[in-house]
Amino acid sequence: MEKTYITVIGLEVHVELKTASKMFCGCRNDPFHALKPNIYTCPVCLGLPGALPVPNKEAIEWTVMAGLALGCRINKESRFDRKHYFYPDLPKGYQISQYEKPFCVDGKITIGDIREIGGIRKIRIRRVHLEEDTGKLMHRSNTGNTSNTGNTSNTGTKDREQVTLVDFNRSGVPLLEIVTEPDIRSAGEAKAVAQKIQGIVRFLGISDADMEKGSMRLEANISMFKGLALPRQGQALPNYKVELKNINSFRFLERAIDQEINRQKKILSCNKAVKQQTFGWDTERQELKPQRVKEEAADYRYFPEPDIPPISLSDRQISDIRNQISDLPDEVFEKLLKAGVSEQAAKVISSNKAVAEKIIGVIGVIGEIGGDNNKEIRDIGNWLMHHQKLAETASAEELVGMFRREKAEVVGDEGQLGKWVEEAVTENRKAVEDWRQGKEAAMQFLIGQVQRKAKGKADVSLVRNMLSSKLANDL
Amino acid sequence: MEHVAGLANLELTEEEIDVYTKQLRDILGYVEKLQKVDTTGVEPTYQTIDGTVNGWREDEVRPSLTQAEALSGAKRVAEGCFVTENVFEFNKARPSVTKAGPFLARSNRDKYNAILTEIFNTEGSDLSSASLQSAERSDPSRIIGHKDLFLTKGVETTAGSRVLEGFLPQYSATVVEKLEKAGYRAKYKFNCDAWAHGSSGENSDFGATKNPWSQEFTPGGSSSGSAAAVAAGMVDLATGTDTGGSIRLPASFCGVTGLKPTYGVVSRYGIVAMASSLDSPGVIGRTVEEVEKAFKVMAGEDERDATLSSKFKVQSSKSSSKFKVIGIPKEYFSAGVDDEVKSAVMEAVSVLKENGFKIKEITLPNSKYGIAVYYLVQTTEAASNLGRYDGIRYGQDRSFFGAEAKRRIMLGTFASSAGYSAKFFEKAARVRTLIIKDFENAFNPPAGGVDVLIGPVSPTPPFKLGEKTDDPLQMYLSDILTVPVNLAGLPALALPCGFTKDNLPIGMQLIGPRWGEEMLFEVGKVYQRLTEWHRRRQKDKKD
Repeated sequence: MEKTYITVIGLEVHVELKTASKMFCGCRNDPFHALKPNIYTCPVCLGLPGALPVPNKEAIEWTVMAGLALGCRINKESRFDRKHYFYPDLPKGYQISQYEKPFCVDGKITIGDIREIGGIRKIRIRRVHLEEDTGKLMHRSNTGNTSNTGNTSNTGTKDREQVTLVDFNRSGVPLLEIVTEPDIRSAGEAKAVAQKIQGIVRFLGISDADMEKGSMRLEANISMFKGLALPRQGQALPNYKVELKNINSFRFLERAIDQEINRQKKILSCNKAVKQQTFGWDTERQELKPQRVKEEAADYRYFPEPDIPPISLSDRQISDIRNQISDLPDEVFEKLLKAGVSEQAAKVISSNKAVAEKIIGVIGVIGEIGGDNNKEIRDIGNWLMHHQKLAETASAEELVGMFRREKAEVVGDEGQLGKWVEEAVTENRKAVEDWRQGKEAAMQFLIGQVQRKAKGKADVSLVRNMLSSKLANDL
Repeated sequence: MEHVAGLANLELTEEEIDVYTKQLRDILGYVEKLQKVDTTGVEPTYQTIDGTVNGWREDEVRPSLTQAEALSGAKRVAEGCFVTENVFEFNKARPSVTKAGPFLARSNRDKYNAILTEIFNTEGSDLSSASLQSAERSDPSRIIGHKDLFLTKGVETTAGSRVLEGFLPQYSATVVEKLEKAGYRAKYKFNCDAWAHGSSGENSDFGATKNPWSQEFTPGGSSSGSAAAVAAGMVDLATGTDTGGSIRLPASFCGVTGLKPTYGVVSRYGIVAMASSLDSPGVIGRTVEEVEKAFKVMAGEDERDATLSSKFKVQSSKSSSKFKVIGIPKEYFSAGVDDEVKSAVMEAVSVLKENGFKIKEITLPNSKYGIAVYYLVQTTEAASNLGRYDGIRYGQDRSFFGAEAKRRIMLGTFASSAGYSAKFFEKAARVRTLIIKDFENAFNPPAGGVDVLIGPVSPTPPFKLGEKTDDPLQMYLSDILTVPVNLAGLPALALPCGFTKDNLPIGMQLIGPRWGEEMLFEVGKVYQRLTEWHRRRQKDKKD
């Protein structure tokens, strides 16, 4: 009989905050668009002797905002700590981070389908804290080749000098770290969690959370054990975990986790123990590669950052931050469904911040959800799905006006439409023939022909229905 | 030890490991006494900033350095970037260890080896041009020098270490700018124990500074060059830093006046950090008046130092005529203190008593743990602060650290490492709270407290060069009467108060409550009106 394994996955999500200036100094926070390396640096983010960090208030408030949006409890008393390790991209020999007293703890997010019983999965958030990003390393050999940090392929030969270039434009960029509890059970769930987090921080307007540009980065911890039931709270988890790093897309996250699950299954099914290890995702080869890290457990020698006074937030400050949070993707999605907008349209709209904000405005213009308003909200919702660009630029009032005008002008008169349909079918015998051969595109063509006659004002769904029955009857 | 060296990113020879193993065992044996202190229910103290919170800034973009400026200190650059060895080799042990031997090739500029660099008044030097343009010059005649921990833009700043030899800072310390703007003319950079680690000046990688009163003796440390230069009349004033006594001890050994201000009153921005929660930049001069004047220029807010934002800056509301009760901490006159030192300080106390001050014996029962707490807190922070010296962006690599720096990095790394942090670093932070409470009780008038404390600066008069260099623990104990003040973030003023029979200076310190500088100046000025010690000059012997 095949053995069953339970997968235990925790995610660490890093998100660069898009404040104007860096976390602890006034340098511009825009490493991705910097025209040259090392132009957004100063004594603080270069780690020059004598430089001191002064925290960015906005970044702290945004972290609290993210924590609130993720359902966290806010630590009113918190502080920064020093996390020590040595690497050329870390100029001070320590990273200013948070250890014992992060800004936010004990949150949760939900994934899955809210309308299905048992379709919802609650994933607990352990903590959300604020730290500083490192500089960027680029590897060169004297052949002039470049490779990224994540690419561990060893192409070097003895006589070829391998060097590393360091650019500190990114050093000191505010970095949000979101850590989940190991509540995730599959690659698909991990992807859903990551996407959910991306949606939330984008909606809050605190980060671009762009995986490709590196302003959102993912790490997964994976372990497995034999069993049938999910572990209950407090139940001991496996005593090892395998870390997956350098994952720069949701698709790769899914692939990497699936590969790792298969690897661990194989080991466990031979009754062997899985080693605690770190892998990096090799994008070129689409596979995981062991990363060279120190064997011994890391000892970061955390201690409170003596250069920065503690942070103390009042209830008032926290509620002010809470009030800045507008509707989040889930809330928009639910509202739209409630108004009868199609699931597809609701999904599209609620995953685009600008459009979502506009539909909330539109609802405001029309009135409350419910009753007679729902029909128009629904129609505008479905209409907006096809007019996203417009939704981003026009105001809510303008959109409602445009929609109403457009609707009023639509030709829905069946007599007139019937005439055009008749003409289109007579004039385009080839298309009719194609349609009969099973070519769906031919229907689109015929609809287009009717629209041409109607100068684009024909009610499309009506035309489609009339064409369908006409063609069926002609058989 | 090898594990700790790995964490500290240091490569040590077997010989070094043997030596440090023994020395660290001695020191850890000494700090073991903390384990007996009952700290149940005592919160740890990590900062002395009057409960200040939210030292933050608005999200505003400020000018950055240019790429050329950013890269100017690097040994290797390419494509606008810093260059380091291949990162995959970075954490692997390198085969050969460059051992930084004694390095004395620097040309000595004065007979006491107090000066490391002379600042020439050339065009293009930011310092001098700023000074010449300044319309706000209050006292253009004052020539000063800076401890070589203070960054001076474009002027070599070494912190007394070979690691930074040749480093031309891209910016100046806030204090350097403030003094410059007020018209003080900086002429020298002064020798000091490397990284301010030391009580004698002998840890400078550029050779020890000599005491102008007798060249066989140390001038005290770590601001050794600053005190020696003021004593020898090379400058009117010199800046220093006091993390555990580094202004007061050399001021005392050289017969000059030195102020260690309240923690958080003078900006630390641009001053090479030793132990961040203890470092107090201050000043050394001949008289209290001069020191007070310079202090007022140096003090005050700096948006670049978040620990400077305390709201409790109100000086004591008492009028000066009421600073009348002087406390004598009995622990500062205990068995370990030299008789000549004791009687000189007691003599000063009687001078003040005769002039209307009330004298009261008080007790600081936890001050005996000061050194143990200090050498855990200070080394932990110092080891962290020295992490940035990797030779990539400026200076030389970590093999250039001298013996004392390596010793402290090793001790601090160990004291804060996993499994030991609670026993050492955190325990020390709790005992630090008890030391602070002692002072709070002493300065609490409703409970019969006093205005100012008086005690010796050092338990002994100046000692000879080489006398304590082989025994780090004995050297550390020179700071026994100075470190409690740093742990509590208090201000203290060191004043000359007599001479030994061998004509070596003896110093005392006035200690005040936080933000009590005014009071110290007041009492200090009274004392200097009544006595002549601060006027005495060393005879120019033929040496």
